[in-house]
Amino acid sequence: MQIFAFYLFASIVLASGALCIFSRNPVHSVLWLILAFFNAAGLMLLVGAEFIAALLVIVYVGAVAVLFLFVVMMLDIDFAELRAGFMKNLPLGLLLALVLVVEIIFGVGTWQSAGMGEATAAVGLPEGAPSNIEQLGALLYSKYVFLFEAAGMILLVAMVGAIVLTLRTRGGVRKQNVADQVARRPEDATRNTQPEVGKGVEL
Amino acid sequence: MTEFLQSTFLGAELGWFVATLALILLIALPLMLAVAMIIYVDRKVWAAMALRRGPNVVGPFGLLQSFADGLKVFLQETIIPSSANKGLFLLAPIITFTVALLAWAVIPFGDGMVLANINIGLLYILAISSLGVYGVVIAGWASNSKYPFFSAMRAAAQMISYEVSIGFILISVVLFAGTFNLSDIVLSQEGHIFGLVNAYGLNPLLFPMAVVFLIASMAETARHPFDLTEAESELVAGYQTEYSSMSFALFWLGEYANILLMCALNAILFWGGWLPPLDVDWIPWFDIPGIVWLFGKMFFFFFIFSWVMATVPRYRYDQLMRLGWKIFLPLSLLWVFLVSGYVMIDKFGLPL
Repeated sequence: MQIFAFYLFASIVLASGALCIFSRNPVHSVLWLILAFFNAAGLMLLVGAEFIAALLVIVYVGAVAVLFLFVVMMLDIDFAELRAGFMKNLPLGLLLALVLVVEIIFGVGTWQSAGMGEATAAVGLPEGAPSNIEQLGALLYSKYVFLFEAAGMILLVAMVGAIVLTLRTRGGVRKQNVADQVARRPEDATRNTQPEVGKGVEL
Repeated sequence: MTEFLQSTFLGAELGWFVATLALILLIALPLMLAVAMIIYVDRKVWAAMALRRGPNVVGPFGLLQSFADGLKVFLQETIIPSSANKGLFLLAPIITFTVALLAWAVIPFGDGMVLANINIGLLYILAISSLGVYGVVIAGWASNSKYPFFSAMRAAAQMISYEVSIGFILISVVLFAGTFNLSDIVLSQEGHIFGLVNAYGLNPLLFPMAVVFLIASMAETARHPFDLTEAESELVAGYQTEYSSMSFALFWLGEYANILLMCALNAILFWGGWLPPLDVDWIPWFDIPGIVWLFGKMFFFFFIFSWVMATVPRYRYDQLMRLGWKIFLPLSLLWVFLVSGYVMIDKFGLPL
């Protein structure tokens, strides 16, 4: 059953990854990417990392990919121009692909030759062991606390930087001040008058 | 049921499969019925507040109105605009509907009455509810028309904005309960206040979060007064503009299933889920099945949803963003800070 689920998820990840590259429409590409993320989360579930799986879906599928989709949907893309750039960048792309393949071969090779297969094989949690979340939390906030805090700080700086870059003060904007509106009483805004016939009121 | 089916000729694996399938149907089919009836309730409440009668023709008191509507859309022709992206256009309502059903897997209806009692239940809910936006966004883009597209962009921004503060609110509940498992969260509320009241919501520290969560759940389901995705005065019918027949009905069902889910979450996280309100034995209300209490609480929250829909005018888009980012986000962040401080002091005492 687990083997079947693994091959299902893995083959969908690979297929949707390939389709993400080959599909002509960028919006379709993003949607295939989302499918790949989703099935990667399924793979995480299979090795017993349910917290990572949930985070993958929440962060990547739920937030990052939505923003991707948001941006790509609004892009005005000229397909002919994209095709023209393909041949120009082909050598660079092939080089990158080659480097990646060699890296993967080296990685798997050392993993095999060092006999790390048994040591890192997925094991089910023993009965009564603390859950995934507790173990991760205990590690993150004790051993890796400085790295964790540093990562948070980098993200904060990036966020502030992005806000500063896009912030501009525009003149002539009438901002809504909710507190003012709530504090406004009928006496400030209305006036009772009894004009004589034919006189009218001045405004 | 799982053990029983596993002990029959089906064997361990196939028995589990059949039992789970049966349990899924046992949740999904009554849910569809509940959605049909809750649409009727919604219209009745809305009508009563406007001094109208509401649906009263089909069946006794108009009770069968939703089924008549369902039959009507079922018999209509599915129209696909010629310039639409056909595959995605048909996929979008299916996504909305499926995602709305998925989250119910971890909702505990009573003590042990839960399909998947996983220990990351709340994270699962967050993950699934963050998927809900795709149905709307894909529908808006695939329709290839202006109003749905505007609606899709609004939906994406709105759901992301409110998910952030919903996440923080859930964290403060999790800090109190010490678990992500929904059943354990309900159980930890038993006798929470002076050993008497079964609710986090009446805890002075969590009450503001209960209110914020109720409002944020309205925004998250794009319900009044935050239904900018289908603001009919601006966007015709929003992302549903180009949809007809069953594809429209799937949006409709998914939307209400999501609203019911949010009502259930309000009840489970803050108001004691399947537990009776007070933890006392001299009233024989522990004899009432827990599911009745849960449904009663869900119904109460749905009434609030309808009430708000009938009375509160729609927010403007910038007001919506202001509420999400400038009020709810700082407030819920502050509350995570307060709650975690309280939990630390409660557990380890004051540092002297």
